[in-house]
Amino acid sequence: MGNYILRRLFQIIITLVIFQTLLFLILDAQPGDITLQYLTDPRVTPEIRDQMRIALGLNKPPIERYLQWLRNFITGNLGISFSHYPRPVLDIILERAPRTIVLFLTSTLVSFFVGFVLGKQLAWRRGGGFEYSMTMVGVVLYTIFTPWFGLMLIYLLGLRLGWLPVGKFLDPILWRDVPVDANYVFARLGFTGLILSLLIAVLWLSSTRLSPVKRRSLRLIGVLMIVGISLGGWALSEVGYLAADMLEHMILPVTVATLVSFAGTMLMMRNTMLETLKEDFVMATRAKGLSEAEVRDKHAARNAFLPVFTNLIISIPFVLSGGIITETIFSWPGMGLTLLQAVQNEDVPLAMGAMTCVGIFALFAHLFADVTYAFLDPRIRYQ
Amino acid sequence: MVEITKTQFSELTEPMWRIRSRLIWRSFIENWKLFMEYPIGMIGLGIIIIFGLMALAHPILMKYVWEPRVYDPVIGYDISILAHPSPPSSTHLLGTDPLGRDVLSQLLYGTRFGFSLGISAALVSVIVSTTVGALSAYYGGIVDVLFMRLADVVIMLPFIAILIVLSALIEFNGFSLAIVYGLLVGFGGQTIVIKSQALSIKVKPYIEAARAAGGSDWHIIFTHLIPNLMPLSFLYMMFTVTGAVFAEAALSFFGLLNIRMSWGIMINTAQAAGYLLAGPEYLHLMLPAGLAITLLCSSFYMVGRALDEVVNPRLRQR
Repeated sequence: MGNYILRRLFQIIITLVIFQTLLFLILDAQPGDITLQYLTDPRVTPEIRDQMRIALGLNKPPIERYLQWLRNFITGNLGISFSHYPRPVLDIILERAPRTIVLFLTSTLVSFFVGFVLGKQLAWRRGGGFEYSMTMVGVVLYTIFTPWFGLMLIYLLGLRLGWLPVGKFLDPILWRDVPVDANYVFARLGFTGLILSLLIAVLWLSSTRLSPVKRRSLRLIGVLMIVGISLGGWALSEVGYLAADMLEHMILPVTVATLVSFAGTMLMMRNTMLETLKEDFVMATRAKGLSEAEVRDKHAARNAFLPVFTNLIISIPFVLSGGIITETIFSWPGMGLTLLQAVQNEDVPLAMGAMTCVGIFALFAHLFADVTYAFLDPRIRYQ
Repeated sequence: MVEITKTQFSELTEPMWRIRSRLIWRSFIENWKLFMEYPIGMIGLGIIIIFGLMALAHPILMKYVWEPRVYDPVIGYDISILAHPSPPSSTHLLGTDPLGRDVLSQLLYGTRFGFSLGISAALVSVIVSTTVGALSAYYGGIVDVLFMRLADVVIMLPFIAILIVLSALIEFNGFSLAIVYGLLVGFGGQTIVIKSQALSIKVKPYIEAARAAGGSDWHIIFTHLIPNLMPLSFLYMMFTVTGAVFAEAALSFFGLLNIRMSWGIMINTAQAAGYLLAGPEYLHLMLPAGLAITLLCSSFYMVGRALDEVVNPRLRQR
């Protein structure tokens, strides 16, 4: 196992270098550079543009810039963004990444949970009207044109009915005379969410061995208490209404991101569940006299869960690059929008930094998925 | 031994190609019967056929029914209507867009474009992924490592962002977009799936038999390995069509493609002219194109799902 991980780590380093080279090549091959944005500005003369190029190091040959970028990357320096000039890239990523992570981690987890539960049912009731109608709905939502769907929901829920804000991260009018800034509230909000989910997970795992009646009531009371305490805490604090404003802005993007992605998990879970249901141990559990629900939930679904779980792990790093489309539609200032703007403005350091971050996460998640797979399924061995 | 083979072949009254084509026909009929059992696939196929008819209808309508000056999807303009966009009427069944062009004509033209784009992207990706998957599974070693690491790199690229960057390098029209998209998919995730299937075919007895009979590597790959990969490749072709149509619409929506007219451009026009959230009377600008993209994407996906049930023996009900 240790040997296998070492070999994979070595491969990860090589893949990452190839990835960065390819990225740099594509980004640098674009015609023009960031200074051409000021082409129509009469105050910026060609001489000033040349000076800007020298200041940004764009006058050096590409190979020199590439080597410098690699050198800086190894020392942990991602450079300075061109379009947000004096700000370092790392600073921008650290500000934007949490917003995307909160948004898309929520929707990824919800969509995997919904997909898991529905896929289990689809396989169980194979061939019925429920399966066909659910599959139809799932496929249509999965392949729906996301920008259009998002705009339709904005139109319906945001504009016609006026229930939800139409976009953006917060309501600027509400935040005008507030002593704290958005990142302050958002960091605490994200932290609360983390603690909340950890506490609930601990509660869930610690109560699995209890009898069903006790377990159910314990879980219900526990969840109510945890959620109640944190809600009360936020309501009593003076920034509670600001946090509520942020949460309100999150509802629509999370809904869209969840709706367009849950079907992938659902259909995959259905397929693996169908394969599992044919295996002998399922018949053995039936012969043992277990109820149908127990066969389904405790034996079949748990075995069918493995590939779905791998898929979950692999899809988590892409949470970071997130829905470029979803973020654009909702003007959500996260990584996707940052990446899109960086690419469009030819802000090479920011684009490289953002994509490299996603790449590193993706490679390590891949490794993590392979390792946990061996841990969850003892039949798998790595040399 | 030689005698026996001779007599066996001389007894054949039909030429070899006819027997082969009959066998292919028979297996096609059997698979078709399996496919018919899944309503999802039939619904998808029905929608695809309707779209196909729509794509065929446009040139005919333009030639015989519609006057090009009024109904051209790009440069047409109806002077008889005072204010554009106009709501659906008897002359313009889906109304006109902010530039006075007929929405139905645009929709039909976009169908032709989306269809050809999706199919050509799918063909490119299938040819690439099947060849690469078969080669890397058959030879293993350095070939395998090279292509699999390449696949890792391609998977890591954020699709939309990379296509936006590439649109600065390449003047994307429908054809080049199809090729670039096909290559990205073909060298990426699809290769990994096809390769794992090729690995399981590679160890089958008939491959061993072909090798024992003296078949060369190329012979085995192209006449035994790849034909047996075809069902899976065909399945992934369906999913690629979905992805390509979606990618085109997304890029057109961001306004990055140099094409005459497509569904993405229709939505982009409605949005750029500010009619997006204007009200229900302008819904005819947004609804047809969005629905068409969704329906075409999901119909190919549904056919893919039903094919999966036919192709994948572990999912069969029998």
